[in-house]
Amino acid sequence: MFDDFFIRALVAGVGIAFVTGPLGCFVVWRRLSYFGDTLAHSALLGVTIAYTLEFNIAVSIFITSSIIALILVKLEKKTNLPGDALLGLLAHSSLAVGLVAIGFLTFIRFDIMGLLFGDILAVTTDDLLTIWIGGALILLVLRFIWKPLFASTVNYELAEAEGLYPDRAKAIFTILMAAIIAISIKMVGLLLITGMLIIPTAMARNLSDNPQKMVIFSIIGGLLSVFIGLFSSLEFNTPSGPSIVAAALVLFIFSLFKIKQTIQLKN
Amino acid sequence: MSIENNILVKLNEVGFQQNKKWLVKGVSLQVERSKIVTLIGPNGSGKSTTAKIALGIYKNIEGQVEKFTNNIGYVPQKISIDWTLPLRVKDFMLLTDNLKDDALDEALTLTGVKHLKDKNLGNLSGGEFQRVLLARAISKKPELLVLDEPVQGVDFTGEIALYELIKKISKKLNCGILLISHDLHTVMTATDHVVCLNGHVCCSGSPKDVARNNEYKALFGEQASQTLSVYEHKHDHEHSNDGEIKKN
Repeated sequence: MFDDFFIRALVAGVGIAFVTGPLGCFVVWRRLSYFGDTLAHSALLGVTIAYTLEFNIAVSIFITSSIIALILVKLEKKTNLPGDALLGLLAHSSLAVGLVAIGFLTFIRFDIMGLLFGDILAVTTDDLLTIWIGGALILLVLRFIWKPLFASTVNYELAEAEGLYPDRAKAIFTILMAAIIAISIKMVGLLLITGMLIIPTAMARNLSDNPQKMVIFSIIGGLLSVFIGLFSSLEFNTPSGPSIVAAALVLFIFSLFKIKQTIQLKN
Repeated sequence: MSIENNILVKLNEVGFQQNKKWLVKGVSLQVERSKIVTLIGPNGSGKSTTAKIALGIYKNIEGQVEKFTNNIGYVPQKISIDWTLPLRVKDFMLLTDNLKDDALDEALTLTGVKHLKDKNLGNLSGGEFQRVLLARAISKKPELLVLDEPVQGVDFTGEIALYELIKKISKKLNCGILLISHDLHTVMTATDHVVCLNGHVCCSGSPKDVARNNEYKALFGEQASQTLSVYEHKHDHEHSNDGEIKKN
């Protein structure tokens, strides 16, 4: 049968797909894909800090990404720069600072490629625990804030007027974004996490006519991407993260044919 | 709920400024149970702003807002649904509350759009969408309804029917309504109290009083006040000739 590391990778990937499905829907609905990218880029800084202080990597990434998100909110209020410029500024500067810091840490051997693109060989039993417990917590919290978050995604003022506290939901959602990045970085790599969040969701959009369906299809898309991606990664010896995201892309392309069909049916 | 006079929301000398410009200032009004208060005024006179202050959407305000209910239904002036979010009418109906299916059907039937329940929001016409917005706001049987231009995009006959419906709702649900309209003569029959805004409260009172008020005439022109009386007369004889009224 398969090697242990491969089973671990599969279990990890399945856990991540369950979380990226629903979160990815909100990323697409609220137009946050670049925001996700920024948080993911800042994760490199988190990794560096974790190595320097000999600290848990996932926790360190979670804290760093949350701080970057806070800085973004502050900068948005203080400067006249548009949101996308601020995101670019934070994304690339935190990536650059992270890489420079790694340069200084000559005493540690870094697998930069693994960090950027994910590495299935590196998934340990501890990582599985982080992914499944962390993932379960993320989903639990998301379920709790679903109503206000969804209502304010459709219309902020409506949610506010009818007493749903959308600002609180938004703040909690930002923390969940930092958390999913923290737990999935080892599998997918920091450059491709946003892909894992939005490509299965984009596929799901093509197949759904209501939000619940979109979430379910998004999870299914993520699971399929993980299976196809990991098996081909094993078969062709390709890096795991890119293989998973490439598989998601293939599924997305197939979903386009479904749209074409529905349009033809309508005519 | 307040003990005195069934007051649902009370604004006391409220004001709101954005970019150092006052959008409204010194506005006082109150909405009581089973009463309809209408805000009228020209574009940019602060009608929507006043409603948003009452709803607590704007937070850094001058003056005080006292709310005596948390069960509020709101129809915003503008709402755009992003195409990235697939949303059917029935999903939208459940946006802020978990309602039973029959409460949902009842509201959709009242506004005459039950047949659209499974349709996608993006495929509705302006008038249909407006009726869905209204249905959503009333479906949870709110104590206070805030309707910001609820009949925009609805044809003239439908407009009068919807105002009749709003009146019926206020009786049926025994709720207070804060209604915003740019056009007094169509809301005339469906309102108890009119507040005419122009950055501040320019005049207020019963619809007839406001129509006769000189400041109202100055704001909307002599014509408006005459149209109003013509309409009022016609109304005694049912709406058989809506088109004619429109021309006047």
